[in-house]
Amino acid sequence: MSDIKKIKDDYIKKLNQNLDLNSVNQIKTDLFGKNGLLSNEFKKLGSIASEERKQFAADLNSIKNELQNAILNKIQDIEIKEINLKLQNEKVDVTLPERTFSQGKIHPVSQVIDEISSIFSEIGFNVEEGPDVENEYNNFTALNTPDSHPARDMHDTFYLDNNKEFLLRTHTSPVQIRTMLKDRPPFKIIAPGRTYRSDSDQTHSPMFHQVEGLHIDKDINMGHLKGCLNYFIKEFFEVDKIKMRFRPSHFPFTEPSAEVDIGYEVKDGKIAIGEGDRWLEILGCGMVHPNVLKNVKVNPSKYQGYAFGIGIDRLAMLKYGINDLRAFFECDYRWLNHFGFDPLDVPSSYRGLSR
Amino acid sequence: MKLTINWLKEHLDTKLNENKIIERLTDIGLEVESFESQTRELDSFIVAKILNAEKHPNADRLKVCDVDVGSKDPVKVVCGAHNAKKDLLTIYAPPDSIIPKNKIKLAVSKIRGVTSYGMLCSESELKLSDESDGIVELSSTKYVNQVGKKYFQKSNSKVIDLSITPNRADCLGVRGIARDLAAAGAGKLRKIDKVKIKKTGPQKISVKITKEKNQGCIAFGSCLIKGVKNKESPNWLKEKIISLGQKPISAIVDITNYVMFDLNRPLHAYDADKIDKGIIVRNSKKGETFKALDNKDYTLQDGMCVITDNSGVLGLGGIVGGTRSGTEFDTKNILIEAAYFDPRSIRKTSNILNIDTDAKFRFERGIDPTSIELGLQRATELIKNICGGKISNFNFQKIQNSKKISIKFEISLFEKTTGFKVSEKKIIKILTDLGFEIKKQKKLLNLIIPSWRPDINQPIDIVEEITRIAGYDQINIEEPEKVRKKPTLNKQQKLFRFLQRSIASKGYLETITWSFTDSKINQLFKGLKKQTDIVNPISSDLNVLRNSIFSNLVYYLNKNLDRGFKDISLFEIGPTFNSHKPEDQQTVIGGLRSGKISRLSWLENERLVDVFDVKRDVIQSLVEAGFSKNKLFIDDKTPSYYHPGKSGAVFLNKEEDKVVAYFGEIHPNILKKLDIKTETLVGFEIFLDKIKKTQKKLTDKKSKYKYSDYQKSERDFAFVIDKNFKVQDLVNIISEVDKNLIKSVKVFDVYEGENIPKEKKSIALNVTIQSSTKTLNDNDLDTINQLIISTVESKSGAKIRS
Repeated sequence: MSDIKKIKDDYIKKLNQNLDLNSVNQIKTDLFGKNGLLSNEFKKLGSIASEERKQFAADLNSIKNELQNAILNKIQDIEIKEINLKLQNEKVDVTLPERTFSQGKIHPVSQVIDEISSIFSEIGFNVEEGPDVENEYNNFTALNTPDSHPARDMHDTFYLDNNKEFLLRTHTSPVQIRTMLKDRPPFKIIAPGRTYRSDSDQTHSPMFHQVEGLHIDKDINMGHLKGCLNYFIKEFFEVDKIKMRFRPSHFPFTEPSAEVDIGYEVKDGKIAIGEGDRWLEILGCGMVHPNVLKNVKVNPSKYQGYAFGIGIDRLAMLKYGINDLRAFFECDYRWLNHFGFDPLDVPSSYRGLSR
Repeated sequence: MKLTINWLKEHLDTKLNENKIIERLTDIGLEVESFESQTRELDSFIVAKILNAEKHPNADRLKVCDVDVGSKDPVKVVCGAHNAKKDLLTIYAPPDSIIPKNKIKLAVSKIRGVTSYGMLCSESELKLSDESDGIVELSSTKYVNQVGKKYFQKSNSKVIDLSITPNRADCLGVRGIARDLAAAGAGKLRKIDKVKIKKTGPQKISVKITKEKNQGCIAFGSCLIKGVKNKESPNWLKEKIISLGQKPISAIVDITNYVMFDLNRPLHAYDADKIDKGIIVRNSKKGETFKALDNKDYTLQDGMCVITDNSGVLGLGGIVGGTRSGTEFDTKNILIEAAYFDPRSIRKTSNILNIDTDAKFRFERGIDPTSIELGLQRATELIKNICGGKISNFNFQKIQNSKKISIKFEISLFEKTTGFKVSEKKIIKILTDLGFEIKKQKKLLNLIIPSWRPDINQPIDIVEEITRIAGYDQINIEEPEKVRKKPTLNKQQKLFRFLQRSIASKGYLETITWSFTDSKINQLFKGLKKQTDIVNPISSDLNVLRNSIFSNLVYYLNKNLDRGFKDISLFEIGPTFNSHKPEDQQTVIGGLRSGKISRLSWLENERLVDVFDVKRDVIQSLVEAGFSKNKLFIDDKTPSYYHPGKSGAVFLNKEEDKVVAYFGEIHPNILKKLDIKTETLVGFEIFLDKIKKTQKKLTDKKSKYKYSDYQKSERDFAFVIDKNFKVQDLVNIISEVDKNLIKSVKVFDVYEGENIPKEKKSIALNVTIQSSTKTLNDNDLDTINQLIISTVESKSGAKIRS
């Protein structure tokens, strides 16, 4: 017993000294190698008197475990020290720039279309679309604007053939026609999209965006129209109160027709919606003309409802403080970066329209 | 439509102040565009004389003029007008004045190196007429002593500019506006006093409307006035004409214009001595010509309504008169015409000939057919007072009587449509004030429509009349219900929005460009598609519908390169067009990238963006959208605008024949043709309509969750194979060897050159092998290794590289 106790004490003492990995390995060999001190002790087991053997074996095993643990701990200590030492030399300047990344952006018009879709989704509108190239019938005639109607002149239409049969749609209203021809009432749709008029100056662009709205059911009246637009404008501009004014106007495909102004004021060079005593025209609307309903085989004595058309670019300009309409389509890298939205910034009702 | 408050008050007896009147106008649907005093704006325009005009040293078409503006020294003005010449009297706008036509404020500016102080104006710039050809030429006799004085006389009344909607023909005259205001409770409509005019016998010039098919003239009233003295209009009349933004011409012309604006009753005055025998109103014959008062020659087609005499065409009925019979200051005898023309005929003719006049604008909207006599009455009265003369009896010719139109109106329709109540009594009052004749019949109103309201012909029109007079502010707000019965977006719309944001999330900026483009650029990207011309393009470089997103995108990318940007990623999602028909439109995402990755990075080596960058963008987006990467199939057949060796086509699977996307380097020749200076340009197109079949919803598409915990092994292979053999096929061959065991195949090296025969390449692949039922032992692995090698060798002709 005393022999092995001595071995233990000696080696524990050795292991407590400052050692490198090789020395620890040497100790390991000294103890547990083929002819190691403890290996030899184990070999003696057989020759020991049986009455002492049990005790000796127990002691020997306990010492073996103790030494093995001590070696293991020592190795770990050395390794950790080595790593720590190494890390001291590995310090980098983390203020150096990260690897390059580029952030993509969503165009403000696309973002606003998603905002609009989200708002109308809450009150049960679904999105419909139609082609940019339209026939004369869907764009005009079916919308109660026959060829002899002077309202056609106000549209500055781009034509695609000499018979003026095909054209670039001048408004999103032909989607009303397409939708109503395709399905049966009730209808509750919005239709955002590109529209075209051959007009180009500071405030007009030959291509722009509109969103059409159409709600047809058995007893939809102008009160519902006012309620819907009131709701939309409040939600869109994310304000609690708005000032809204309906003015009589004329569109061949609605009657009575209205233009809608919202109240605003200019505060510190910025437009504040919902306050002030200045008016800004933002959309046209009205009750769908019975002639339009007849053209799409909907019985006007059974069904009625409203339609509206809103300029999307204009809304985007107002909400996000963009001054120049032309810039929307000029693809200036700086402008797109400045006014664009992060693609993960998806407008939704639960998370809010904008950050 | 312009008018002044004072003029309005000649018809409307009102106690309302200006601002209240303006408010009421807007409330009843006569939108006030502006309400401003004209004088301040026009005060700055000065009569001036050109002392000297020399060619601009740096521009052929410009002149540098020394202009006498009444001050001590002449001013220098750069002018582009061809008629700017020495001694011309014209109108000068000094710096800071506002040009009426475009509302632009002038500034002192350098034009091609010569400083110009102000500008010389054309008639159209001053809104005097549509004449934009050259600067104003003032009569030297009249204005020679006016140099330095204000050109416009003072007018004190503020001018209201109304935007009259096309249905309200009746409000294209001051009286109609007064009538509407009176109905809206803004005052009382004054009666027109009938002045008795002494007539001197029959109108001696014969007038005949021929009876033929599509005769555009329904009625023609006329009156001959002999022995007039035409002259400048008196001040009150001049002032009215000026307040409308028009130029006073002579008393006769000003009076006919005045009656038109006052009563919405267009008239025309002929020099009676220039009419050859009598007047015949008939359809034109193809090829007939005449010179109109706008000094342009028109060649007519068959069937246009013309006023003629024995020598030919005098004018286009209801549109424009001709110079041959126009009145001058020395005209002695005049014939006044007050006619009624069919709106459709007017519209057709003016559209074909592209003429727009105040008369045409009114006739095509439909004027009051019963106003002929009133118009002649008012005009002759004024002419007699101002120019004297002897007035004949009025002569009336017509081919058709104007009919009264009646409507049965169910009172309940009003509340049903608008959602609010107006008492029956009030409804009747409103309609009566608007000029309707009413017979009540239980819950119906039998209405006779006023002759000046051609826009009203069905019950819904009546609802609108009542609503606008009662006030749109009476409409309630019905809060919308928050109920959704249908999904907001369909699958295709979801895909659109998903891919849009998916591409943007890869570092691309979204753009929106025109749907039309320059045919010269489109030509480069249209491939085999048909080009669609726009008949009336906004400019010659936006003259066709785009066949590809690239034509505009590349143009704007180039503009950004010019701005000094190098590493640019742009995309657009939108329509492209294969013909002029609605059904031939596609939705496409197009993206372009130029420049380098990691430019000027301290950390990484910079490199050019390449075909595999855009391939990644496409494939990753498709995978994100729910398509299986393993099924995607790549082909190398691409349109000619891609680099023939560095571009590919993507199919959703090998069996599919529709290309869902292209990617690749843009053909270097295109960069050369468009003079695009970039290190490299790569791009892609994704065709959304070709991925219509997103079939199942995502929730159904997820397969059962399966995984294996057994040991995974990886083995590397290198095959030497024909250079043209596609790696995609090699990977497929390996994957197919045992679909259960081979979990993935990765290409980690492609090598050509030393130690590899020409026409060959070496492909190194890493294959992951794993069973879902057991741990594979060495034997199993050897078997599968051998199978991979033998299958590849036999199917592809490759040799394992030892």
